[in-house]
Amino acid sequence: MAVLQMQRFSICALKKDRKAILEKLQALGVMEIDNSVIEDDSLQKMDTVESRQVFEKQAVMAEHALDVLQKYVPEKTSMLSSLEGKKQVNRWEYEKIVQNRDVMSKRARELVNLNKEISENNANVVKLENQIESLAPWMSLEVPMTYRGTRSAAFLVGTMSRAMTMEEIRTAVAEHAPDLDAYDVTILSADKDLTYLAVVCLRKDADKLEDALRASGFARPSQMVSKVPSELKKNLEEQIQQLNSKTKQIESQIAEYKDYRNDLRLFVDYYRIRAEKYQILGQIPQSKQTFFISGYVPEGAVPLLKEKIENAYNCTVDVEEIKEEEEPPVLLKNGKISSSVEGVLESYGLPHKGEVDPTRIMSVFYIVLFGMMLSDAAYGLLVSLVCFIALKKFPRMAEGLAKSIRLFMYCGISTLIWGVLFGGYFGNVVDIVSEVYFGHKVVIPALWFVPLNNPMKLLIFSLGLGIVHLFFGLGIKGYSYIKNKDYMGFLCDVVFWYMLLVGLLLMLIPSDLFASIAQAKIVFPPFVNLLAKVLAIGGAVGLLLFAARDNKNFGLRLALGAYELYNITGWLSDVLSYSRLLALGLATGVIASVVNQMGSMMGTSIIGVIGFIVVFIVGHTLNLAINLLGAYVHTNRLQFVEFFGKFYEGGGRPFNPFKQNTKYVDIKEEN
Amino acid sequence: MSELGIVYALLGAAIAVLLAGAGSSIGVGIAGQAAAGVVTEDPSKFAKVLIMQLLPGTQGIYGLLVGFITLSKVGLLGGQVAAITPQTGLMILAACLPIGIVGLISGKYQGKTSAASIGIVAKKPDQFGKAMLFPAMVETYAILALLISILAVSNIPV
Repeated sequence: MAVLQMQRFSICALKKDRKAILEKLQALGVMEIDNSVIEDDSLQKMDTVESRQVFEKQAVMAEHALDVLQKYVPEKTSMLSSLEGKKQVNRWEYEKIVQNRDVMSKRARELVNLNKEISENNANVVKLENQIESLAPWMSLEVPMTYRGTRSAAFLVGTMSRAMTMEEIRTAVAEHAPDLDAYDVTILSADKDLTYLAVVCLRKDADKLEDALRASGFARPSQMVSKVPSELKKNLEEQIQQLNSKTKQIESQIAEYKDYRNDLRLFVDYYRIRAEKYQILGQIPQSKQTFFISGYVPEGAVPLLKEKIENAYNCTVDVEEIKEEEEPPVLLKNGKISSSVEGVLESYGLPHKGEVDPTRIMSVFYIVLFGMMLSDAAYGLLVSLVCFIALKKFPRMAEGLAKSIRLFMYCGISTLIWGVLFGGYFGNVVDIVSEVYFGHKVVIPALWFVPLNNPMKLLIFSLGLGIVHLFFGLGIKGYSYIKNKDYMGFLCDVVFWYMLLVGLLLMLIPSDLFASIAQAKIVFPPFVNLLAKVLAIGGAVGLLLFAARDNKNFGLRLALGAYELYNITGWLSDVLSYSRLLALGLATGVIASVVNQMGSMMGTSIIGVIGFIVVFIVGHTLNLAINLLGAYVHTNRLQFVEFFGKFYEGGGRPFNPFKQNTKYVDIKEEN
Repeated sequence: MSELGIVYALLGAAIAVLLAGAGSSIGVGIAGQAAAGVVTEDPSKFAKVLIMQLLPGTQGIYGLLVGFITLSKVGLLGGQVAAITPQTGLMILAACLPIGIVGLISGKYQGKTSAASIGIVAKKPDQFGKAMLFPAMVETYAILALLISILAVSNIPV
């Protein structure tokens, strides 16, 4: 339960060590740069935008090259590869790439260019194919389209603007030029809006005929080719083939680069790291001979950083506490179990300045509540085993992912325990199988009780657990009041509420209402009843008078106090919300039983048994998936809405150190 | 007349499954349309929006749950069919109403809320945790209805 204390770490060093120090800081990755405190007009900042852009361009180009490789020579990856995390490489491997970066850059460019060539080829192929397509209607023409005819006969080709038969054309010509009959029209082809014609006539009649045809929609083709269409088509097809074989050739050329994939990845990371370094370089103020850099460092990392920087370079290092008005970034440090819920906390928001980190208490409740909602021993075992194997098999998994998987492993163990308590093993599979297939019903007795047989008991337990959870929330609020030495706040906002709630609870338990729900009458000794009344009334009066203690106007203060008292309904609904523990727990068990029952309906023959196994596997997989989702969502909800609603705001800024932000590999540092 | 009792009871089970299931299918359908839209733009968000889409699916399960408890209560799932008076049958029918009706309405509105939350995930994937809360708020009332239905069905003497 700890937000790491940050300190401000400032360095003043000689300009010549500038890059070396930055590299050191980046490799250590423990400092968030924040130069906002250094303000001095005499200091200059270096303009690094240009060189940064050069580096970024290199990285982008290499990324592009990797995409090209992935497209033509895909790397075989298993479905689980996303769990593997970044590969680790040795420093010397990395240095080797860095030294050969010009060669790598050339290779990347070559790959990009080859890809460009392929796309140009493909574009050309499409263009040629279009050309072939536009030739198709003229295919039966045996002379070039530009053929003008012989000395006395004229030849022209063209289209009519609609589908026409030979008769229609002749009639149309006869209408406009009745004296013309020495001509021949051949319909080459026709589709629904054009008719393609070849026309032969006497040269002297050519103009007249064309005019006559034009009157009914004749037009010369916009593009004429000077070759016989069928020959041209053959020609074009050859060209396409050539282009295609060239593409193949380029593809195999690309395939030769596949061994450079990992080198290219290193190359990308190198330029990313360098670009980031230059970004910081552009932020640091410098004078003629020196430069300054300042930032937040977690307290624990200060000695290491000091040693690495102060001893190695000629510089001054200054460490100071965070000032009152500063908002330092937040970094959490928790034990192995608690840290697994950090991801869940982060998705709500990190604690803001001065707020308590609720991770530890939250982790305990998270795991307990999750298990109760799933509450099936077999499901729990399955989930925890899968998570455990994944964690062991992929030790280099990304940290955030590993945390969530670890969380699910703990939740699985909790589910296992609740399942044993409630007697759920794949629902009631043991009962059903033993009864249907072995004719002798075996029941694994629940260690505690079976919820379906006594839902009221579980309901009361769920609500009780809810009250405990919420009281812890209120307790954390009290803790932070005490930590900030606000004892009045502690008394008014926490103690009075505790008094009121405990008093009301003590009054509720011996009542008839409670007795009818719990099916057991509990009688307290009289002094407890009196104590209950005193607590409840004391708490209520305290809240009424002091909840709005900052308000000067007494009437308004009372009204606001009454409003605070009205929040008791909020508590009621918060507690009732925990009834979802019962509902979701029952849902898992009942659906599992439905699956088992459906499976067993096919009888005891071989086919029936096979059917049972199929239904069992499919049904339980679905049930597990949907209830895992339900348990996850509703545990989050109970934490975020009910629990955090009592004390937590969040809104802290996550610690974002200056480090080697790589995409593909982790570089192993050698000491 | 004792047959009419079992008819009422079965009608109750049918209403629970039917209305709650219909609510869930409307809700999952609405959310699914939004989810599909996000995936066309960015397939990498598939897992996140799928979870969002599934959120309104629980009402159907709650309906199934109540239906199943009702059926096993009156002995329709193997064993002896209990002799149920019409009064008891109507009581069981009444007990099934909360999850049926609330399931239908909350399923639909949870679907709309999920669709809106899918919009959050599309623009700000890191706010997934918060986005998930809005649909979960709607579900609370389905859970409360489920609770009353379960308690009522299992406490009616047969």
